[in-house]
Amino acid sequence: MSRELARYLATRFGQLLLIVFVAVSINFIIPRLLPGDPVQTALARLQATGGAQNVDIQAVSAAYRAKYGLDAPILEQYINYWFDLFRLDLGVSFANFPEKVSTMIGNALPWSVTLLAVATLIAFATGSLLGARLAWPTAGRGIKAFVPLMMILTSIPFYLLAIILIYFFAVVLKWFPPAGGVDTTRIMRLDWATTEDILRHAFLPCLAIVLGNVGFWALGMRSQMVSVLGEDYITFAEAKGLPPRRIFVWYGMRNALLAQVTALALSLGSVVSGAVLVEVIFNYPGLGSLLYVAIRGQDYFVIQGVVLMLIVSLAVLLFLVDLIYPLLDPRIRR
Amino acid sequence: MTHFFASLRRNYEQGRISGVLLLGLAILLAIVLFGLIGPLFVDATNAQVGAVRPRKPPGADYFLGTDSQGRDMWTLLIYATPNTLKMGLIAGFIGVGVGTVLGLVAGQFGGWIDAIIRVISDALLTVPAIAILVIIAGNIDRMSTWVMALVVASLGWMFTTRTVRAQVLTIREKSYIEVARVNGEGPWEILFTEVMPNLMPYIVASFVGTVSGSILAVIGLEALGLGALEEMTLGNTIYWSQQSAAVLRGYWWWWGPPIVVIALIFIGLFLTSVGFDRFANPKLARR
Repeated sequence: MSRELARYLATRFGQLLLIVFVAVSINFIIPRLLPGDPVQTALARLQATGGAQNVDIQAVSAAYRAKYGLDAPILEQYINYWFDLFRLDLGVSFANFPEKVSTMIGNALPWSVTLLAVATLIAFATGSLLGARLAWPTAGRGIKAFVPLMMILTSIPFYLLAIILIYFFAVVLKWFPPAGGVDTTRIMRLDWATTEDILRHAFLPCLAIVLGNVGFWALGMRSQMVSVLGEDYITFAEAKGLPPRRIFVWYGMRNALLAQVTALALSLGSVVSGAVLVEVIFNYPGLGSLLYVAIRGQDYFVIQGVVLMLIVSLAVLLFLVDLIYPLLDPRIRR
Repeated sequence: MTHFFASLRRNYEQGRISGVLLLGLAILLAIVLFGLIGPLFVDATNAQVGAVRPRKPPGADYFLGTDSQGRDMWTLLIYATPNTLKMGLIAGFIGVGVGTVLGLVAGQFGGWIDAIIRVISDALLTVPAIAILVIIAGNIDRMSTWVMALVVASLGWMFTTRTVRAQVLTIREKSYIEVARVNGEGPWEILFTEVMPNLMPYIVASFVGTVSGSILAVIGLEALGLGALEEMTLGNTIYWSQQSAAVLRGYWWWWGPPIVVIALIFIGLFLTSVGFDRFANPKLARR
């Protein structure tokens, strides 16, 4: 590992820590900027809306005030907040008292991560291939007809696409289940039936995310590929008599992909925002639905925990993309 | 006025004003007119809960049907569309305004101010906006369209800041800035009379993008039930249709039309921004 690479990785890691720090601080500060103390407000509102009747509000409130030292100086609260985070103590749910927020997040996280990772990878791969193909001179009329369609798909928020998909494929045609992660009667086992069930439920949410993103990657790749194909080294490769397929993949796509990976890092935030809503629409048992249920039930610590989790996992994802980058671009590796 | 049209025509013939830009603007204009003229033809009381017979499909009596709370969808749509646009525009203006000022300050003065602005905007750019907006919106007791626009605008400035800052850094090195400085213009005068005019294309482009992003965020928050629920907006319509399981029960006229209008808004904004790129950057026009 050279010094440049070490420095690159150190900068990126510093960025990761910075985002986590900012996120945690925002999460701490915003509720405290508002009048009243957060627990009292949340509990009062919970009581007003009748969110959770089976909880002794006064007892919970007193326990929280003692635990979080909400009368303590703000700096002390802040430091305690960090200590709790390091112990993965995110508080307990009001609505499902006394379930721990960390357990709830732990149950939801695998669903979200798998769905989002698979959908993003499919969208990224097919979109980039399609875009590169579009920029190639021999692109036929048939493939070019996709361009307006993709422009439309990219501009519509993909959780609205999800509603349309549910209506046609789950309500009218009944090919796929309309909601949930597995059948409610299913006992989770490691066998084919369970896997098939999960896949059947994941298909439509995945399709919604893929359809909503594929155009973005295709259009980006097309413009990158057009400028790469104008470079001298492409002309030189043609003059050398290299087979077109080799030029397409190793001279064209490989270079155009660099900008795509940068775009991936920048767009992950909005993809996650959209995916949260897709989960809500499909009632998919991931972080998005957990957040939605928590908002509906004014479940204060769950909201905070999920939001924190979203920000932190996105920061980690960004870091991973940054780690991939040197593998693609030898200029950084040097 | 004739001069304006002459220059418009010349630009069109040179290919700077493209069909894409015109189509985008036409779609947006149509939607704005829909919201402005529409109220003259419908009775506002029909959009209130229980005003008409519930759950009627589109037909002779109700052009777009009615929802399960007895509201006429066509009337609702006419009143909801301008509200959603309003929030997008307010958030767009605030976001771009704040973003421009921060970008100018960062680019012009550099140093630690620049460092702080850059670090915060870069960190916020990578965070999923919905996460922070949920925390802010969830802590607000009385939501209204104005408050909603402010909430969304709080995360709508980073992109503009980045663009403006980068442009200021480029423009600062141009020779005409040097000339102005030698002529004795102060830093503020240079900023507003020399740098600003050259930033306009970028600011307008950021504005279109910010409005689009703001509407996206507003509808997202409303779909989560964090909006001003008593107001008529497109996002709230989606939220109520979700609450009543309108998709599963087959009331397509409840969620279908708002989705079409939302899609048209985004397509209009998208085409406008693509077309505007071509207008502001003549190099693209010849492709």
